Amino acid sequence: MNQTLLLTIALAPLLGSIIAGLFGQQVGKTWSHRAATYGVGIAFVLSVWVLKLVAIDGETYNQQIYQWLQAGSLSLEVGFMVDALTAMMMVVVTFVSLMVHIYTIGYMHDDDGYARFFSYISLFTFSMLMLVMANNFMQLFFGWEAVGLVSYLLIGFWYKKPTAIYANLKAFLVNRVGDFGFLLGIAGVLMYAGSLDYIEVFAQAPAMSEKTITLFAGHEWSVMSLICILLFIGAMGKSAQVPLHVWLPDSMEGPTPISALIHAATMVTAGIFMVTRMSPLFEFSETALSFVLVIGAITALFMGFLGLIQNDIKRVIAYSTLSQLGYMTVALGASAYAAGVFHLMTHAFFKALLFLGAGSVIIAMHHQQDIRKMGGLKKYMPITYWTALIGSLALIGFPGLAGFFSKDSIIEAVHASQIAGSGFAYFAVVSGVFITALYSFRLFFLVFHGKERFDTHSGHLPHESPAVVTVPLILLAIPSVISGYLISSMVFGDFFGNAIVVHANHDVLAHHAESYHGVMGFILHGLTALPFWLAMAGVATAYYLYILRPELPGKLQQRFNWLYRVLDNKYGFDDFNQKVFAGGSLMIGRLFWTVGDQKLIDGALVNGTAKTIGWVSKVIRHVQSGYLYHYAFAMIVGLWLLLTYFVV
Amino acid sequence: MLTNFPLLSLVIWLPIIGGIGVLLNGDNNPWARPLSLLIAVITLVASLGLYTGFDTATYQMQFVEHASWIAAYNINYSLGIDGFSMPLIILTAFSTVIVVVAGWEVIQHRVSQYMAAFLIMEGLMIAVFSSLDAILFYVFFEAMLIPLFLVIGIWGGPNRVYATIKFFLYTFFGSVFLLLALLYLHHVTDSFSILDYQQAALSMQQQTWLFLAFLIAFAVKVPMWPVHTWLPDAHVEAPTGGSVILAAITLKIGGYGLIRFALPIAPDASMALDWLVIGLSLIAVVYIGFVALAQSDLKKLIAYSSIAHMGFVTLGLFIVFRIFANSATGSGAVLAVEGAMIQMISHGFIAAAMFLCVGVLYDRMHTREISAYGGVINTMPKFAGFAVFFAMANAGLPGTSGFVGEFMVILAAFQANFWFAFLAATTLILGAAYTLWMIKRVIFGEVANDNVAQLTDINRREFLMLASLAAIVLIMGLWPAPIIDVMHSSVEHLLTQISQSKI
Repeated sequence: MNQTLLLTIALAPLLGSIIAGLFGQQVGKTWSHRAATYGVGIAFVLSVWVLKLVAIDGETYNQQIYQWLQAGSLSLEVGFMVDALTAMMMVVVTFVSLMVHIYTIGYMHDDDGYARFFSYISLFTFSMLMLVMANNFMQLFFGWEAVGLVSYLLIGFWYKKPTAIYANLKAFLVNRVGDFGFLLGIAGVLMYAGSLDYIEVFAQAPAMSEKTITLFAGHEWSVMSLICILLFIGAMGKSAQVPLHVWLPDSMEGPTPISALIHAATMVTAGIFMVTRMSPLFEFSETALSFVLVIGAITALFMGFLGLIQNDIKRVIAYSTLSQLGYMTVALGASAYAAGVFHLMTHAFFKALLFLGAGSVIIAMHHQQDIRKMGGLKKYMPITYWTALIGSLALIGFPGLAGFFSKDSIIEAVHASQIAGSGFAYFAVVSGVFITALYSFRLFFLVFHGKERFDTHSGHLPHESPAVVTVPLILLAIPSVISGYLISSMVFGDFFGNAIVVHANHDVLAHHAESYHGVMGFILHGLTALPFWLAMAGVATAYYLYILRPELPGKLQQRFNWLYRVLDNKYGFDDFNQKVFAGGSLMIGRLFWTVGDQKLIDGALVNGTAKTIGWVSKVIRHVQSGYLYHYAFAMIVGLWLLLTYFVV
Repeated sequence: MLTNFPLLSLVIWLPIIGGIGVLLNGDNNPWARPLSLLIAVITLVASLGLYTGFDTATYQMQFVEHASWIAAYNINYSLGIDGFSMPLIILTAFSTVIVVVAGWEVIQHRVSQYMAAFLIMEGLMIAVFSSLDAILFYVFFEAMLIPLFLVIGIWGGPNRVYATIKFFLYTFFGSVFLLLALLYLHHVTDSFSILDYQQAALSMQQQTWLFLAFLIAFAVKVPMWPVHTWLPDAHVEAPTGGSVILAAITLKIGGYGLIRFALPIAPDASMALDWLVIGLSLIAVVYIGFVALAQSDLKKLIAYSSIAHMGFVTLGLFIVFRIFANSATGSGAVLAVEGAMIQMISHGFIAAAMFLCVGVLYDRMHTREISAYGGVINTMPKFAGFAVFFAMANAGLPGTSGFVGEFMVILAAFQANFWFAFLAATTLILGAAYTLWMIKRVIFGEVANDNVAQLTDINRREFLMLASLAAIVLIMGLWPAPIIDVMHSSVEHLLTQISQSKI
């Protein structure tokens, strides 16, 4: 592995982005998408090569590219580190990105911003690659913010839509709340490790774990807990964990391809990747791990509930993404990092598949996104139907499909975990399985089965999407089935090697590895376990409610109206944020401005001084009356005073 | 041969004499614009010689020039630059070129006077940054304000008289203390050399008074809370070029003054009173961040944003004492001071760009009210691209210069005190909130009204102006090392100076 190879991987998408973005008008639509797609294609092919070098030949890479700046003894650099974790992420990112590029050629065909869109998604791929390939915290933060920027630009891609430009501002600001913690965490790392280079910092971890810091007088905090929690706050923003999850559902205002790429498969998993990368630090703080575990469990369960009542096809999948990110976070909290990133990978495939499938449906429905106005699409869109079925089964963890392996290994890991909160987390992830199956198949049945509820007045019947759309679906369906079989090496093997560090007393996966006897055994065990039957129960419930008795959901909604209201308000997070944070900040701003600046500083001090001077001079002015006898009088008095002073 | 060439004098006097030349040529002279541009460009090119010829290995003053000015009082025409002043001089020369280009079509009224004012101001500001004699410094420091008053007073908005007087009173209030401090130091050292001042042994009491005098003088310039309220008014009334210079250079003189005078002359007092400056800086970041959120006038918003950004400069300069106390290595302190410097330079480019963007809109719509806009991207897509880019830079996005200084100062602040870093880092949220909310209201959305519908996109001149600034902001963000490297020796020297007690 050498620098040229890695630079080519990173820069090829950037070049594509520049061509499509700055010269889109000159080169035209076709060459815009070619430049972008070829760039990402090259990055994908070479990433596979890198994965081969890492996984089979056992190579790793860690080198500086250039020095960003030097201050004192501190050197901040841009550099690449490639190990198994990075290589896996590179392949996932470039593969999904390539699929999305191809898909976009069809999906965005008639959009005015065609070249701009390609420019953005290629720029995203570049930024994401820089993030996962970083060998230091500074570059990690660079990539972190850069993907946030592209997300902002893409959510607001249709900049005329008021909802879109509201959503992108919201997404950026909520992410900035996370970044606020993240940056403080990085500052803490620098202070206590004296470096921002991964390897050097990880080497310092044992020493750091013994230090304490006083934040409030009299309370000593473990430095490692503080740093890890701060870093994780960053992950909560990017990976949309409660309570910083609020931006992700709204991000669905962006075009569907980016919902698949950025807001399901790759960018939102950056937080999971980051925590995994930092496992040498997190392992030293059970407090932080507990925090991670509980936040993840809350997200996994409670965001799943919200998916049950959404009627917008993309929002259902968005809440599903939130819930699945919760699962990954739970895995991290249980120190089952490998299971977390394994789920990250399988989820990237099947969730991108589901989103792109949703996009295919949306095209067929002429941009109608309400699932109540769909139904019976199976016979019109066979490829979309079958791939969506594969995606949904993978999502609910049907034995043999990708999601089954990854989700089951998370559930088993949490089951074995001993740290605080693991009991609740186990409950959350197990009951989450039922919820996942219920909302997934509610969506599936409402869209593809049952009565045709769509509008056919125009005389156009829905039809299958063109090949540029369906081929990516098929290509994503394949790994959604088979990628689960990598479990032997990725979760229970030594694929990740030194990339992930787990202390022996947390090592829940090793515990399971002992009883792991190959894929078939895992599947057979899965068939008898609780999660499988919960998933089946979820599917059956969905079938009963939405196919057999379609009038029931409406009645249930009326019967449990209070519950429906709570879920429909999304537990009130949005209202609260809008009123307290947005409204409150503006109120504070106005208060500071009108009272602090205008009344106190300008009114009392500045203009007050001017007024006082004005008043004094008004008084003094009477002295210069112009009458000679006034002056003569003043002179005599003055002379008399001086004489008294000197003589007496 | 070139080593003795008076390059500093050239970059000071060329624009001043050139400016007078432009002025004397009269207003109806068609050559006023090209001639001004030529002078500004030559000055910029000449100032680059200060970078290429700069020796980064030494903290000693370079390009030194010395001549007796008023021999009777031992006042000298003494010039020289180090790693602090050199980047600011180049920034000044660059900003002047931008200002000349920005005023090219917009200023139709008294063109040669306008151009001359900026050229003369350029020379005076460069002189401020390179003076090594206290009286020389003071003369330029005051003289520099005259063209600025004129620019605001003549080409300014409807409320310009109030703004000018407020500006004048504020800065004059500060200057009085500066003059007193400088004269007192002469009394102590029997010299007017700033470098001698820095060597002077002073008691704690002397230092405290001197420090407070310097702080008042330069806090007004920065401006620090609570002596900041002149800035929004001055910006609102100033023509675009005036705002650019005000934001890009004038404010930097405040930060520069603290580096050149307050810290090295009164290190013990600086340490004893660092809580004051740190407190005011954090107020600037947080309080002003909220105030910026509430603004409905584009220029006021950016003016408040400037104050918040300058808070990082003063914060970076004064956290060093606590970093020294907390850690054995000085690399955190280096990070803080260099972060402050980078923040000044970067802010010079970004704030200039933001004001130019407002200028572009104002020239077309003649209003600065945010509510008068909406959906500008539909009619001005190229402009919108630049506006979003500079907004992101203003919000401190990595990859732009706006990130570098904030990042360095926040990293360093953690080493002084967790809560300093905590409060400073709120800029990540507040800065993004006020900047991007403004962008949302002005740039995005459907075309808001007929006036927006009739906007025309930026022309080639405006494109060049914004593109060159964008390029610099991007390059500085991706590779700040070349600019930071020139400061190392000077920063190390400053840190040595301030870590040695004078008592």
